Amino acid sequence: MLTITVLAIAVVAAAGFWLGYGPMRRMELLQEPGARTERLHSRPVYHGLFIAAWVGIPSLLLVVLWLMMQGSVLDWLLLNSLPADELARLSDDQKQVLLNEIRTLAQGNQLPGEPAAYVLEAAERLNRWRITAGWAMFVSALSLALAGMALARRRISRFFRARQAVERVMDGIMLACAGVAVFTTVGIIISLLFEALRFFAKVPVTEFLFGLRWEPQIAMRADQVAGSGAFGMIPVFTGTLLISAIALAISVPIGLLSAIYLVEYSSSRFRAFVKPLLEFLAGIPTVVYGFFAVLTVAPALKAFGEAIGLPVAPNSALAAGSVMGIMLIPFISSLSDDALAAVPMALREGSIGLGATKAETIRRVLVPAALPGIMAGVLLAASRAIGETMIVVMAAGIIATLTLNPFEAVTTVTVQIVSLLIGDTAFDNPKTLAAFALGLVLFLVTLGLNVLSMHIVKKYREQYD
Amino acid sequence: MHHDWNSPQQLARLRRRHAANRRMKWIGLAAIGLAAGALALLVISLVATGWPAFTQTRITLQFDLDPKLVKPDDMRKGSWRKIIKTALLKEVGPVKSRKDRRKILKIISRGAAYELRDHVMKHPDLVGRTITYAVLAADPFDQFYKGVIPEYIGEGEKRFFNPRLGSPVVVAAFRKLIDKGLVSAPFNWGLFFNADSRLPEQAGLAGAIVGSFLTLLVCFLISFPAGIAAAIYLEEFAPKNRFTDFIEVNINNLAAVPSVVFGLLGLALFLGWFGMPRSAPLVGGLVLSLMTLPTIIIATRSALKAVPPSIREAALGIGASHHQMVLHHVLPVAMPGILTGAIIGMARALGETAPLLLIGMNAFIPDISNMGILDPATALPTQIYSWADSPERGFVSRTSAAILVLLGFLLVMNAAAIWLRQKYSKKV
Repeated sequence: MLTITVLAIAVVAAAGFWLGYGPMRRMELLQEPGARTERLHSRPVYHGLFIAAWVGIPSLLLVVLWLMMQGSVLDWLLLNSLPADELARLSDDQKQVLLNEIRTLAQGNQLPGEPAAYVLEAAERLNRWRITAGWAMFVSALSLALAGMALARRRISRFFRARQAVERVMDGIMLACAGVAVFTTVGIIISLLFEALRFFAKVPVTEFLFGLRWEPQIAMRADQVAGSGAFGMIPVFTGTLLISAIALAISVPIGLLSAIYLVEYSSSRFRAFVKPLLEFLAGIPTVVYGFFAVLTVAPALKAFGEAIGLPVAPNSALAAGSVMGIMLIPFISSLSDDALAAVPMALREGSIGLGATKAETIRRVLVPAALPGIMAGVLLAASRAIGETMIVVMAAGIIATLTLNPFEAVTTVTVQIVSLLIGDTAFDNPKTLAAFALGLVLFLVTLGLNVLSMHIVKKYREQYD
Repeated sequence: MHHDWNSPQQLARLRRRHAANRRMKWIGLAAIGLAAGALALLVISLVATGWPAFTQTRITLQFDLDPKLVKPDDMRKGSWRKIIKTALLKEVGPVKSRKDRRKILKIISRGAAYELRDHVMKHPDLVGRTITYAVLAADPFDQFYKGVIPEYIGEGEKRFFNPRLGSPVVVAAFRKLIDKGLVSAPFNWGLFFNADSRLPEQAGLAGAIVGSFLTLLVCFLISFPAGIAAAIYLEEFAPKNRFTDFIEVNINNLAAVPSVVFGLLGLALFLGWFGMPRSAPLVGGLVLSLMTLPTIIIATRSALKAVPPSIREAALGIGASHHQMVLHHVLPVAMPGILTGAIIGMARALGETAPLLLIGMNAFIPDISNMGILDPATALPTQIYSWADSPERGFVSRTSAAILVLLGFLLVMNAAAIWLRQKYSKKV
């Protein structure tokens, strides 16, 4: 139905375009060359676009709004149509489960066990409503399109300032697109806050922030009262920091030193060869790094640990952290590269001119001068490390242990978010909501690091110019 | 004060300083070497494990398509397993114990019966004839034939038979097949054209490739026009005020938000509030387009900035409106730069995994006959994640192969971006 509706709108919009373009084009062709009195104000194409915009934009907006609302409205109608005595026995969570069951049945899939008669009826009703809703959307969108066409057609004339009108519409569309970025940020904050607040209604904030035990799986069992699982994020956050620290300990020296070599020592040919290599490293998807950690690095570390008599967990923090470090090398290296290259030549030449060797110039002049840029890069890398998901989902542990031993398995914020949400759709238990609370913490921490890094760059950037 | 620059102390000091300089140089080179070594290790370990998955072991047998067993009226009910069993035992020779016979049958993949059935259903005239057909070997024997797993594990005293291969009798039977020249390992087209399967030897990437394509299509159709429009507005029309500053700060921040947070947004907003279908490429594409938007906006803005002012002034000079100048003259010149940025953004979106996992785009799709943007789907990176999580040994090499395919796509996209940049950078 959606495809048909969009196609219908497209057809009407095309018709509208010709309705505006055709008459004006004929008028333009008929006019005498040089006859100023009969000239059109705007080119025919703008008249066409004017009608097409009036046809297309309101009706497409209607379709988008309709699609956004349809799911929730149908859910609401469906719940109200169920027998009241059945509903009275159900909690809010169970109502959601029931709705999910009805939706599954409506798609023609089987449920485990025999569903009650009223559930089967509801599934049928849902399918009927969906068809009705589809037709209603088609009819209303099409009538809106035709109405727009009729209204816009009446304004078309030789004197109509169609170009200005179309340009105003274009301005509006462009502003709306630029606003998407704002809406996304607002959407992230609102959805995280909303779900996190629901979580904090079940689990106290203080327990979440300062609790030393993270055992969300307990709350999964049906006989457990919500919130009786342990939701203290300290061990999860320590794990995140441990893995990120390992990653930075590997990537910062290697990245910085390779940037120094590339900027100060290497020939341009070597640079032209190494740069794409680093870019390739930066372009590898993180799921690939994750598999690399599981396939190669973790077994190698474990074997090495066995050889020297050190117990290394198969999903040790060291394995995940070191692979994450490899991932961050090109990131650090390219940001340090930019920072070093931005140091004015005069500083470099002054130091060399005074007789310093290159190494002395680098240590005493260049690195201090580029330090703000390098620091900003390290902070950004830290933010990436904390927010990195796939490497740790595949290579780090899932049990939250409060330890700083890199040879043990720890878990991270992102691992918990993914493992709490995979295969789970109900939004009402603390287990899923906890993921949003963790997401909020993650968002705030990474945002803080990004803002701090931007601040450092802004504050110290112009010092050497 | 006189200073002897050639005194032994001074010369020694100079030597030390120069040695320190050389040390610094070598340390820098070593750092690059470490990075390159890590890359090499990654590529080598992926190629080494993934390479075998590009061939698939097949066993060529003579199948007697007896109409009594095939059941031409409804071939789905045919006794295909029995046909395969007869064909296999004919080559292996008589096997006395029933237990051994059952074990030997495990040389052939469980999926072979369906494969043979589909082949005969496509060519119904074959019924009643004896056909030569190469069926899939089961995963352990596929791995064994390619030399990935050995017959015996361990050394000396602790040496024991690899339990995954059944028993020595089975291996002897398999060797007999090899000796007769019936076992071959042709190129594995199934890796690209089969849907996902629980059997490693049958699993392919077709569903993931189609799913990734649909997701990227949605992502492109949204983020490309919206990104260009937003960039044109900010670069060409926006008044310098606090609101546009705010938009810019937002765009820069969004570029650094962890991808998993976008997944949470998609889950709460698109699935939770708008009630969109779970696992659908539409939702995946929407989430990825929000992530790609900042990349495209930033690339478009720098491409617009690079358009020489002479083009703008010429357009305005002959009477174009500001909008006409931008749309008809500046945008076409900036297009190669914009496309380069868009391709790089799409390449990044192709590798994104975490947000897709959260909206359930790691569905198991064993049938690819109907895939739309509203149907459950999987994507290449999430398929890699699912396979990496599978316990069967055969999926290790499948996962590496899938990664090589993904890296191949990324390489092609990046090469296209570089080509575009170089082709058009000389012109203007």
